[in-house]
Amino acid sequence: MTAGRAQEGRRLRDVLLGGGPLATHQGPYFGEFGGRFVPEALIAALDELETAYHKALADPAFSDELERLHRTYTGRPSPLTEVPRFARHVGDGVRVFLKREDLNHTGSHKINNVLGQALLVKRMGKKRVIAETGAGQHGVATATAAALLDLDCTIYMGEEDTQRQALNVARMQLLGATVVPVAIGSRTLKDAINEALRDWVANVDTTHYLLGTVTGPHPFPEMVRDFHKVIGDEARAQLLDETGRLPDAVAACVGGGSNAMGIFNAFLDDPDVRLFGFEAGGSGVDSGRHAARFSGGSPGVLQGTRSYLLQDEDGQTLPSHSVSAGLDYPSVGPEHAWLHDIGRAQYRPVTDDEAMDAFRVLCRTEGIIPAIESAHALAGAIQLGREAAAWSTDGHEPVLLVNLSGRGDKDVATAAAWFGLIEDEPVVKADEGEQL
Amino acid sequence: MSTTQVRSRTGERLEALAAGESPRAALVGYLPVGFPSVPGSARAARTMVEAGVDVVELGMPYSDPVMDGPVIQRAVDRALAQGTRVRDTLRVVEEIADAGAPVLVMTYWNLVLRYGVDAYARDLAAAGGAGLITPDLVPDEAGQWLAAADEHALDRVFLVAPSSTPERLASTVGASRGFVYAASTMGVTGERATVGDRAEQLVADTRAAGAERVCVGLGVSRPEQAAQVAAYADGVIVGSALVRALLDAPDESAGLDALAATAAGLADGVRSAQRVPR
Repeated sequence: MTAGRAQEGRRLRDVLLGGGPLATHQGPYFGEFGGRFVPEALIAALDELETAYHKALADPAFSDELERLHRTYTGRPSPLTEVPRFARHVGDGVRVFLKREDLNHTGSHKINNVLGQALLVKRMGKKRVIAETGAGQHGVATATAAALLDLDCTIYMGEEDTQRQALNVARMQLLGATVVPVAIGSRTLKDAINEALRDWVANVDTTHYLLGTVTGPHPFPEMVRDFHKVIGDEARAQLLDETGRLPDAVAACVGGGSNAMGIFNAFLDDPDVRLFGFEAGGSGVDSGRHAARFSGGSPGVLQGTRSYLLQDEDGQTLPSHSVSAGLDYPSVGPEHAWLHDIGRAQYRPVTDDEAMDAFRVLCRTEGIIPAIESAHALAGAIQLGREAAAWSTDGHEPVLLVNLSGRGDKDVATAAAWFGLIEDEPVVKADEGEQL
Repeated sequence: MSTTQVRSRTGERLEALAAGESPRAALVGYLPVGFPSVPGSARAARTMVEAGVDVVELGMPYSDPVMDGPVIQRAVDRALAQGTRVRDTLRVVEEIADAGAPVLVMTYWNLVLRYGVDAYARDLAAAGGAGLITPDLVPDEAGQWLAAADEHALDRVFLVAPSSTPERLASTVGASRGFVYAASTMGVTGERATVGDRAEQLVADTRAAGAERVCVGLGVSRPEQAAQVAAYADGVIVGSALVRALLDAPDESAGLDALAATAAGLADGVRSAQRVPR
């Protein structure tokens, strides 16, 4: 650590928070971001949720139960894997460690938050959960927790996404959930959230909206971060154990931003640990086809919170684009917006091409098929390799921690088509073949 | 309501109706700007005023209308696809300001934030608008708007819902000017077979929290429902039924005829109400 950086970090903290730690910052506001921009009809439910959550935090029985589920059901702690063959693509002498959230039950970090909220639902005495999903990961995780804890479950999914991710639709249905395709607006994640909000307003007495990321109205950003902070807490201890030091940098992909907040949180108050979030740059930020809220967006209000978002001159939400459905969202969690503005974390775009290249590199060098979302963090790591040599001032090998937030089983068809291993639309081609 | 002495255009209209020879509730009619076209929406607003609507609620089309059901979503989607802009709303307000009814703009908050809260208030007032209805802005987040509305003498219509606690009813009433919008049911806009039975109680509770005027919306679509609500509320807010008249018509002219008929029926309903003495 350089004395200057540490001092600057402490100064920043003193100015912003009167010396309080960043890691335990509570909502509703993160600087000028966050809040509750929702219909009055939902305020009582958000208050109820906040109260239930704070009560649960103070009750050891709640954390014991969640910890037991994570140990016996999720498969926590997830391993930390050093990936030396991948690291050669990052830079000479750089050590790269992956936090293996891909090995959790249901295949991603999403289960951390889902189990936490589902236990809260039981405490609040509600019988039904609803959720939005883009790629289907959060929907599958929610359907899983609903099956485990005997809750009715309805998942809203953009019609276009139900077609892109037909396999995940079937998984949710197998788990007993009702999947509702949303055929309004852009027919993607944002529209699924609108529809879930409409359902919630109408059924709030019996229903909990199990929001899947660190966005939305207070208390969701704070609560979902807290349910994911186990990622960073584990990784920090594992890395200290393995290397005897903290990482020089942490990299994560950022859609709504839950896996990134989960791993960042443990390092927020270590000013010498650099934090990097990688957004979906799509076809390139200049192309207009991307989901890079920080490079290509501006502050505004969407779906309950004030943060950075993709919007036109009038404030209408602009469509986002990414090869990865999980990063294909026009806004981002308010805590990220705050970390961006105070300079504690940096956010950079990664294009579809860069992400898919990194996807292939990890497959070939380490025998790990990552989710395309997580491949954005891997591509970011490769970008960071260029500057990694400058991180070390005492001669140690630079250490880079990457959150591998999910596994790529769901993406095999997309990746196979991308790399030309199969035809674009295999089902249609097969049908044509039969006609011949 | 607000302790600041700002004249409320909507409030004055509601009071005049309540104090007239045959006292009655107001009919508040919603239509989105830009549907069937920008000029068409101005003609539609005029048509419904001529047919008996007392207060106009003009919706600013928004890409993510979470408080709206399918009918209004469809109309708004069409308006946006045709390129309707925020400044078109101000133009339509200006065009219908002399139609004989106060004009409130219903808007999701990001559109105003993006325009600039003070700039929007200034331009809305200059166009002759009476104020704003803000479905996704609660008073807790409305500091800038409260100040701008005072500065430019605009009404601030906030919503209360059957789930609102007595404390929230009181703070929402305190922040509102013009009237308080009582959501008849837990849900989004749309036509329903019955108006929520919690509506009458909510109106009573909102009055008990200090509201001078409470109008009821969500799910009111038929003359007999309007009459039922007009018996206990200061105003009846109708949206989807009016929008559907335009949506279902083959062309604008047929749409305006259907709209006039729907609005006239609702106006008769409001006028036929047996008012519950307060």
